[in-house]
Parts: sequence; C-alpha cells; structure tokens
Amino acid sequence: MYQIDCPHCGPRAQSEFTFDRPVEAIVPPDAAAADALQALYTRTNPMGVDDEVWRHTYGCRAWLVLTRDRVSHAIDAVRALGPEALS
Amino acid sequence: MSRYSALGLLRGAFNGQKHWQPAWRDPEPRKSYDVIVIGGGGHGLATAYYLASVHGVRNVAVLEKGWIGGGNTGRNTTLVRSNYRQPQLHNLFEFGLKLWHGLSDELNYNVMFSPRGAMFLGHSDADMAKLAELGDAMRCDGIDADLLTRDQVEKVEPLLDFSRNARFPIEGAVIQWRAGTARHDAVAWGYARAADALGVDIIQKCEVTGFVRDGDAVIGVETTRGRILAARTGICVAGHSGHVAGLAGLRLPIESQTLQAVVTEGVKPMVQSVIMSNSLHCYISQSDKGGVVMGGDPDNWPSYARRGQPTVVEHAIAQAIGLMPALSRLRMLRTWSGVTDMSFDGAPIIGPTPIDNLFLNGGWCYGGFKATPASGWTYAHTLATGTPHALNAPFSLERFMTGATIDETGVGPMPNHR
Repeated sequence: MYQIDCPHCGPRAQSEFTFDRPVEAIVPPDAAAADALQALYTRTNPMGVDDEVWRHTYGCRAWLVLTRDRVSHAIDAVRALGPEALS
Repeated sequence: MSRYSALGLLRGAFNGQKHWQPAWRDPEPRKSYDVIVIGGGGHGLATAYYLASVHGVRNVAVLEKGWIGGGNTGRNTTLVRSNYRQPQLHNLFEFGLKLWHGLSDELNYNVMFSPRGAMFLGHSDADMAKLAELGDAMRCDGIDADLLTRDQVEKVEPLLDFSRNARFPIEGAVIQWRAGTARHDAVAWGYARAADALGVDIIQKCEVTGFVRDGDAVIGVETTRGRILAARTGICVAGHSGHVAGLAGLRLPIESQTLQAVVTEGVKPMVQSVIMSNSLHCYISQSDKGGVVMGGDPDNWPSYARRGQPTVVEHAIAQAIGLMPALSRLRMLRTWSGVTDMSFDGAPIIGPTPIDNLFLNGGWCYGGFKATPASGWTYAHTLATGTPHALNAPFSLERFMTGATIDETGVGPMPNHR
C-alpha cells in the first residue's frame, strides 16, 4: 500500500496519512460504560478486509474511512468520514 | 537423543561426521493429547519443554502452521534484557534473563547467548532523570543497572557521536551488563530438540482451522491434518493471536502490526553492546557474523503482510546514523518484517481465557524474544495447573476490563500512539 486516493486531494503517498483506529473502535458519546470498554479495548483484528479510520495528517487533514485488506494491503474504497461512510 | 559434546564431535571426525541424526522426530499427530500448544515458535516450544521437564506433562503436541523457526522467532532482532520500569514487567523478564544465563547448558544446545550489556541512551537532563529512576526501580528488585556518565558511555561505545555538533547529544546512559543478544534460530531449535527428547510431538505444516467445542469448553482443534483432541489447549501464536482466538469467537485487546528490521553487511566489531534510545525509538547491535542490526518503531497501522513501508526503515536508519555516523558507510544487506501482536498497554497476555480449557499467550508487542524462557515457563505452569503463576498473574486478559493495565509507556489504549 503505497498510495491512498484521498477524496479531497487525489492519490497521495501513504506516508502523508496516519492510521487512527478501526471503525468498530469509535466510541459513541452516549455509549454505556461496558460498550465503551469493549470498543476501546477489544478488536476483531481480522486477517482480511476491515473498515478503518485514517487521517490525511500531512495533507488536507481530513478524516477518512478506508476499506482495506490487511494481508494484500489492497484498498477497496476511500470515503470522507461522515454519517454515509459509517453506514 | 544423543547428547551433543566436544567428544562426540571429535569421534564423528573419524567417520566424516556422518553420525548426525535429525534433531527432532517428525511424528504423525495422535488422536488426543493432554495439552496442545498452538504455535511452534520459541514460546510454544519453550512451553512444551517446561511442561515436560518441570511438570512431567509429556503427552503434549506443538502444532506449527509452517516450520520451526520460520515465524517471528526467526524475524526478531535477538535482544535479551530485563530493563523495564514496571515491577510486573521487570520481574517477569528478569526471571527469563536468569534462565537465559543457563539455557545452553540446560538444553545441551548452544543458543549463543552473549551478555554484552544493553544501554538506554539519555540525550537530555530529563532523559537522565528518567533513566536514573528506571535504574533505581530495577535495583530495588535486585536487577543490575548502572548509570553511566557521558565519558563512561564513550569508553564502551567510542563510535557514538560525542562531538559538539552531534545530531543527538549524549548525556549518559543506563546499562544492564547482564543483558545482550542470543542466536534466535538456535533458541527455537534447542527447545524443539529438548522437548522432543522428553516425548513432545512437534507437528509441522499443521494449521489450526477451528476449535472443537463441547458446550462452551474447547476440547480440541480442527487442523489441516485432521481433528486432534486435548484436555487443555494453549494459543501461542503472537502476531496472529487475534486471528486464532477469533476462530474461537474471542475478541482480544490486540492489533496486529508490522515491525521492520535492517541488517548491514558484516564488518569487524564496531558496536560493543546493545545501544537503544527510547527518546529516538531506535536500537543498534552487532550480530556475531558482523552485521549491524537496527530497528525502530512498528509501521503503526494494522497489517498481517510481513512487509512494511520503506519510510519507516529509513527513519530508523537515519536515527542510528545520527547516533553513530560511521554506520552511514555500511551497505544495507536486507530488511525484513514480522507481524507483531500490539497489545493495548504494551504488555503481554499470559493466562486463561473466558472459554473453558482454552488459554492464551500473546500480545508481546515488539519484545517477545527476550521473554522466550520466562514465557514458556509461566505458560507451562498455567497450562499444567489451570491457574497462572505469580509471575504471570498480572498479565491476565481481564486486566483491560478491570483497569489493572501495565502501561510501561503510559499512553493509554491506542497501540499506534505508543
């Protein structure tokens, strides 16, 4: 994985981007304590495709959702983070 | 098993060294065992060895997807040390370090353990205060640690940059003289041979594809070589813990990430000890073959690919050259990477799981090799008795839910912020 196609900037080097967390680890503000713990401290960590939150930190600084294969590093989709990307 | 000795070597010299036998058998898996250890890396083999040698549990199988020494055991940078700040961590690693010091004798296999000293460099007054505290914490538990001045560091490592314009000024260091390096493959092979001699079945090319359940309990595993039953099953596959535990429906506090390392061409001795810098996240040592081994941070995003970004390697090398400018004249021989279990407090997990008869050893982050004997010893105790030893009791899976995390670096639950 050496290029990420930022929806705002176009294809850029992966080193401009930073990984934050899998989408499953986003803690809703109104989550119960037990659910928040599960989200923060456990992972599916699949040996395959997962949805992940990344940020174009050294570019436009936008938050993104990548659908990415953790074995082949192939990126199936890059979306701007928002309600549509998470649904 | 014939014992390795100088006399045997001499005797073999008279018949062209044709007497050598395979170091361990290649058995067919039996229908059932007392204990199955999933994963034939150093930790899994050490577990099997201590199950047989300390606890007398010899009806044991080690199931390895690939071949012995082909996973993370052959991919680490071979550092052995116990210089941690948190008592739970340094007590576990120190127990292991003591085992390291007698390991070649115990296994009758030369693991080439070389206690050449491992130092953390300090680059500022704040660094030195932190290193002094680290050394004090270790000495309180009877572990050796010496605070070195800048001049003392220069005596040990004269090639570090002590000039006025140094990129990373060196104020001093804390050194653990009993720490050092070992030959990583030999550790796996030595434990495999010693475990095999005690009756342990080492079954290679046998991938676990699922767990056999009886109600909630695990009573065995499905493998590419058929179903194998066991009274107790231990996962010991750091790097892929999330994947294997996932087969049993467990979610772990672990993300799998890539960790890279670099080795240069072989040269005459130029790095005397193991040089590490926590402020820079880089470490340098020299192998017995002469190659300078360097490494740094993980790639900081989840991956099972065993290949990483060149920029991460470049960063680690740039820091190493900043510390020791002469390294810039060396040619890089190769880079490689391994998949590491990044746990959410940076400490390992050794203990029972919520599933009956299923145990977990994983989450070693980038520090598993040094713990091989301690990990095997404590995991063997846990698998033999069903309960953790005092040394690994703090490293339970529940600690993430109860808040009793062992956070050496103090950065909270995100492994990529470590």
